[in-house]
Amino acid sequence: MTALKLTNVCKSFGQVEVLKNIDLTVEESEFVVFVGPSGCGKSTLLRVIAGLEDATSGTVEIDGETVNETPPAMRGIAMVFQSYALYPHLTVKGNMALGLKQAGHPKDEIERRIAEASRMLSLEPYLERRPAELSGGQRQRVAIGRAIVRNPKLFLFDEPLSNLDAALRMNTRVEIANLHRQLSASMIYVTHDQTEAMTLADKIAVLRDGRVEQVGSPMELYNNPANRFVAEFIGSPSMNLVPAELIGRSAGEFVGIRPEYARLGEAGDLKGTVVHVEKLGGDTNVLIDIGADKPFTARAFGQYEIEPGAQIGIDYDPAKCFSFGSDGARL
Amino acid sequence: MNKARRNPFNIAAMHGALIVYTLIALFPVFVILINSFKTRKAIFREPLSLPDAESFSMIGYQTVMKQGDFFLYFQNSMIVTVASLFFILLFGAMAAFALSEYRFRGNTLMGLYLALGIMIPIRIGTVAILEMMVATGLVNTLWALILVYTAQGLPLAVFILSEFMRQVSDDLKNAGRIDGLSEYTIFFRLVLPLVRPAMATVAVFNMIPIWNDLWFPLILAPAEETKTLTLGSQVFIGQFVTDWNAVLSALSMAILPVMVLYVIFSRQLIRGITSGAVK
Ligand SMILES: Nc1ncnc2c1ncn2[C@@H]1O[C@H](COP(=O)(O)OP(=O)(O)OP(=O)(O)O)[C@@H](O)[C@H]1O
Ligand SMILES: [Mg+2]
Repeated sequence: MTALKLTNVCKSFGQVEVLKNIDLTVEESEFVVFVGPSGCGKSTLLRVIAGLEDATSGTVEIDGETVNETPPAMRGIAMVFQSYALYPHLTVKGNMALGLKQAGHPKDEIERRIAEASRMLSLEPYLERRPAELSGGQRQRVAIGRAIVRNPKLFLFDEPLSNLDAALRMNTRVEIANLHRQLSASMIYVTHDQTEAMTLADKIAVLRDGRVEQVGSPMELYNNPANRFVAEFIGSPSMNLVPAELIGRSAGEFVGIRPEYARLGEAGDLKGTVVHVEKLGGDTNVLIDIGADKPFTARAFGQYEIEPGAQIGIDYDPAKCFSFGSDGARL
Repeated sequence: MNKARRNPFNIAAMHGALIVYTLIALFPVFVILINSFKTRKAIFREPLSLPDAESFSMIGYQTVMKQGDFFLYFQNSMIVTVASLFFILLFGAMAAFALSEYRFRGNTLMGLYLALGIMIPIRIGTVAILEMMVATGLVNTLWALILVYTAQGLPLAVFILSEFMRQVSDDLKNAGRIDGLSEYTIFFRLVLPLVRPAMATVAVFNMIPIWNDLWFPLILAPAEETKTLTLGSQVFIGQFVTDWNAVLSALSMAILPVMVLYVIFSRQLIRGITSGAVK
């Protein structure tokens, strides 16, 4: 059973085409992550799936049913927003209960679901508080709780962790992964964060300018990017694109070398001057000017004393390189 | 709290300025109040002195109570003001919500059209309004006043409220939609409480001119049973003699209800600002 099937979905605001012919399937209990640069239409796509925006054309199927005409509340989805979007006048409990009350569930059923969700998210001590009396992390957990109690077929998360600080983000990320395992529900998750995308996803969809560039498991995208855009977007620090003429190949093409596969040393096909060194403790990022537009980033494991200005050689394994044509397509 | 606000000199200066302003603002009210309790002679001889045993007199209040049906006027003013404010806030907020929330053809044009009324004084249309009221048989009813004041207050209300409603988080409204709330519930339960400060501002802005208006009551509803307080008080101001005792007493009594309404709304205003409802 497919949880979600998008066929040829387009969305325009007036003259502006924001989504162009999106085709996508989400299988049951799959965790799909949307990534892409800012403004590429991730949130718009999520809103179309939720029914908060109407698709200009194309069909949206949830759980095998076409839901283009179904209002958001009847689609069997739940959404978690970046800004939490809790009802300020209701308590935590009221926030979680509202949707269920609206759907006409019996009282004891509502109580039971809230108790279960608040146990899962350790929200029990806060049930009677209002959102204004909670910390950012607690608010986001309430927002997730509000989604869980609806018992949806499909969860939609729009950058749920981007307002949290780094430590909390890590904890909540693990919590979401656990939730996915416990509930085994289908989830769609929008993020800017590489780590979230790579660690949470069963499947990543890379979007650019309203189009799906590539869909695949995190490792597929990492090991086998379809084009230059995906190659640059997946992986952190991002892949180096070396103009091919610098290593004696036909001009106009690019060779992609991941920072973690570049070896620094005296010898090497590429030579350059160190312009900057970032020491992260566990590893060291070295930025090297090789005569291209952007400096080459090499990631060395461990700690190294390298001074800016030093001459250095870069060696790499040709088997782990990617070649891209001048149009960005993989060769 | 920053340094400037902790500095004792700054605190003193700030409070000093506020106290001076309060005194200046309250002075006319104070003069009206004390003089309303004095004899006519004392009003003119020593307008600033407090009433004492000799100059104290309730003559003004007695005249007001005897003359005309003061409580009816009072009630009329109250009905007109409260009903007008209610309709201004209700329809203003609804129009503002539609303008700020829904994308439809001519949205901007509609907004501009509704805001146009801010710049055009409604009194220009008095003759046409009077003709309309005569045609509909609304002359000498309170409805005539309520309708006119609602029309007069709506443009500014729509303008201010739509500006505020644009700032209410989209996510919150969308969360409501996903939870199955109707558009009306979203409007009344989620959006209105968040724009309460703006509603209070609109209410205060509109209340005073409506309460004090003489023009439309005089033209549209001058009958005895629909007179408003301001119009009713005019009987004491003659072309040649003015009964100052009565005028000042009537004014003193007219201030009270506005003050009560003001206190109610400003409470709301302050609570709205400090509740920290959004985020
Ligand atoms: N209501 C709207 N009217 C007109 N244009 C819109 C509207 N909503 C979004 N857009 C446009 O659609 C494009 C995609 O917006 P969207 O919010 O989906 O981007 P996003 O991928 O979520 O970006 P981010 O990562 O910054 O959240 C943007 O160029 C935006 O300007
Ligand atoms: Mg977005």
